[in-house]
Amino acid sequence: MSNTQGEHTTGTLVATEAHGGEANFPPFDSTTYPSQLLWLALTFGVFYWIMSKVVIPRISGILEDRRDRIAGDMAEAARLKQETDDAIAAYEKALADARKKANSMAQDARDRLKAETEAARNAAEEKLSVQLTEAEQRISKIKQESLAEVGEIAADTAGDVVKALIGGRAPAKATVTKAVENAMK
Amino acid sequence: MAGQSSNGIDPIHQFHINKIFDLNIAGMDFSFTNVSLFMVVTIAAATLFLVLSTSGRGLVPSRMQLMAEMSYEFVAATLRGAAGNEGMRFFPLVFTLFMFVFTANMIGMVPFFYTVTSQIIVTFALAMLVILTVTIYGFFKHGSGFLKLFVPSGVPAYIVPLVTAIELISFLSRPVSLSVRLFANMLAGHITLKVFAGFVVMLTGAGAIGIGAAVLPLLLTIAITALEFLVAFLQAYVFTVLTCMYLADALHPSH
Repeated sequence: MSNTQGEHTTGTLVATEAHGGEANFPPFDSTTYPSQLLWLALTFGVFYWIMSKVVIPRISGILEDRRDRIAGDMAEAARLKQETDDAIAAYEKALADARKKANSMAQDARDRLKAETEAARNAAEEKLSVQLTEAEQRISKIKQESLAEVGEIAADTAGDVVKALIGGRAPAKATVTKAVENAMK
Repeated sequence: MAGQSSNGIDPIHQFHINKIFDLNIAGMDFSFTNVSLFMVVTIAAATLFLVLSTSGRGLVPSRMQLMAEMSYEFVAATLRGAAGNEGMRFFPLVFTLFMFVFTANMIGMVPFFYTVTSQIIVTFALAMLVILTVTIYGFFKHGSGFLKLFVPSGVPAYIVPLVTAIELISFLSRPVSLSVRLFANMLAGHITLKVFAGFVVMLTGAGAIGIGAAVLPLLLTIAITALEFLVAFLQAYVFTVLTCMYLADALHPSH
């Protein structure tokens, strides 16, 4: 490189053209700049155009379609889940209602039977107590009658006994009765 | 080395520009060169990949379509993260820049292929495209309000001149840093690669001991090749991220 140093300082253009561009460090060889800038502008411009008109809309379209599809599917899934939840809630409500109804029916039946039994029992008890009262009355009546007859029989018997013992005439009936009553006291 | 500059060991040789056909307009040299050829190759490769991979428009993407979608969403996420949803109006520009730089860097990794982004004028032109977009859009949208970019709010009055000077210098140095970063990375990477590969060639030419010793630079060459693939992607990404941040300035000049 040392042999080109003189030319290098006098003029880059001369040096590079004389040695086919080898004398200079290529990236700093300004004679190549117009060509590089032109071709960069052309290629980058075309590339930019392709990117902004074809590639970017296409990829963003793909991504958007996918996002929409996923969002749609998620919404559908959420809707179906809601439906399932509603169905489960309705089922559970129906089940609870049925259980409640069954309970109340059983309770009614139990209450009715209890009331009927109670009524029957009450009727029977009443009937029995009436019969009991009647029987007691009859018994006490018979007892009184019997007691009344006892005095009479005793007086007759006493009169007969006295007559048989002392003979003759029987004592006055009233006397005997009075004596019997005194004895029975 | 200067004497052997025509053989394959000269690490600068790969950057030489050869005319393929002459084109002179108004006394200026607009020849179609190997650089121009690889610009065409770059956009052809990127376009073919993006158009063909998405031609199915599959709801469930194929592998290639997934890669195209990933590059799209990657750039979109970067831009949205830096400049917000408003920034998406610049998406075609940012996406084109990313795909161009990335494809050019990757094509440069193919042996005997020219690395378009190792030309400072190319990276500088791309950087200027970004900076001019930022400046023109900034003034178009905010008018003189765009100058607030240089006067951060909440700064005490007595240091405003200093801060403004710093902001101005940083703004003006943006195209330089943006272009030089990409250019220097690609250039240095390819030179390093070539130097180590050159060692392998030279050592194997030096007999049996040389062949044994050549293993070391060979391993290094392999490692640097892997590193260069990373750098090729990383520099395209860095260029894109910085572009997004500068565009965010155009949208929101007051910090």
